[in-house]
Amino acid sequence: MSRHPTFPQDARLQSVEGRRTTRQLAVRLAADIPDGWFVNIGIGKPTILADVVEPEREIVFHSENGIIGVGPFAQGSAQDEDLINASKDPITVVKGAAFVHHCDSFALIRGGHLDLAVMGAFQVAENGDFANWSIPGTMIPAIGGAMDLASGAKHIWIMMDLFDRAGVSKLCEDCTYPLTARRVVERVYTDLAIFDISATGVVVRELVAGLTLEELQSWLPVEVRMESSH
Amino acid sequence: MIEKQVPSLAEAIDGIRSGDTVLVSGFGDSGSPVELLEALLDSDIGELTIVANNAGSGNGGIAALLRARRVRKVVCSYPRSKGSVWLERRYLANEVELEVIPQGTLTERIRAAGAGIGGFFTSTGVGSELAAGRETRMIEGREYLFELPLFGDVALIKAHRCDRWGNLVYHASGRNFGPTMAAAAQLTIAQVSEVVPLGSIDPEAVVTPGVLVDRVVKVMKCEE
Repeated sequence: MSRHPTFPQDARLQSVEGRRTTRQLAVRLAADIPDGWFVNIGIGKPTILADVVEPEREIVFHSENGIIGVGPFAQGSAQDEDLINASKDPITVVKGAAFVHHCDSFALIRGGHLDLAVMGAFQVAENGDFANWSIPGTMIPAIGGAMDLASGAKHIWIMMDLFDRAGVSKLCEDCTYPLTARRVVERVYTDLAIFDISATGVVVRELVAGLTLEELQSWLPVEVRMESSH
Repeated sequence: MIEKQVPSLAEAIDGIRSGDTVLVSGFGDSGSPVELLEALLDSDIGELTIVANNAGSGNGGIAALLRARRVRKVVCSYPRSKGSVWLERRYLANEVELEVIPQGTLTERIRAAGAGIGGFFTSTGVGSELAAGRETRMIEGREYLFELPLFGDVALIKAHRCDRWGNLVYHASGRNFGPTMAAAAQLTIAQVSEVVPLGSIDPEAVVTPGVLVDRVVKVMKCEE
């Protein structure tokens, strides 16, 4: 089904009462990660997850550069140039952490040993395709670990703003940018809503305060429906 | 007597030639052999193919080599880092060739080179444009791409501590590509901040055994 959305004015977006900042979104996403999961946090917004999670939660964060057990950001004299996350920010490690070299780190990824990877994206399609490495003609392409994570982690969640800087929905019918992987995204956490990508279409798990399904739908090129109550 | 330590950076890089393929450890600035790269900059070696995770940022390390037009080609996974000005400038001016490879495939191709493996199949990249025209194979119902080993003429790596046999211990996530690259080059050169007497590194703690390392050079650890 092809829809013709009216993308929101920036002023309207800014005025949505419950619109989440990146940090608020990270807190919300972290609440959905089960205890005991091993979770890769990718470059950009997802690396904030290890800084916001409550210390008593035993979620083990993996960074592609060989860290199992990423802790909060390192401050001041605790910063170490050899201890950084995927975004290249200085971090700490938690008790129980381990360092491995790059091959072992990616063996963990491809070998199916991670429960979840949280990544950023330029576009997510309603069938679970996603694109996050190249926008031809505008930037130098950069893949990083995204394709390995997409092929190996048990679950793939995306964390992103719902609209790009031009105000166009990043949730789309089909990705127009080069794909990272096909049909792997299960859930999309955005500043305005949380979506499940299901076999029967895109389901809104949660809307932020101040936004109705009708208004959200009017902005989106894909049809969405609310999760049916049980 | 085995003595891998050389007294100077100039002696450490002796024998590297223009046109060589150089494997460079590091993820961002962590584990980057900055002093060895500066020694290359002080030489007149050029036309290099640099294999690394990133393509340098700011004005140091790989970025300095790009700026000085010593690099013919960059093979990496993530060239779009904060401040990667020189790669962008040289690439957009068609002065540098760029090959972008998924990070896990990059490191595994280097591993294959060092481990005597003639190639491998990975599901990474299936469904993307990287798979176009590639040799694929269905294994147990899953599609895989064939990847070749990636050799270096030289590997430049950064470790934390070594002994005179070249046994290496790394620091934190600075380990990254070092152990894999050490095995994949004809000439492996490690810079370290500490050299300790033979026997003082616990064999259980050695990450890269000296058999994989040709030379080590001590550099001053920069203090904040």
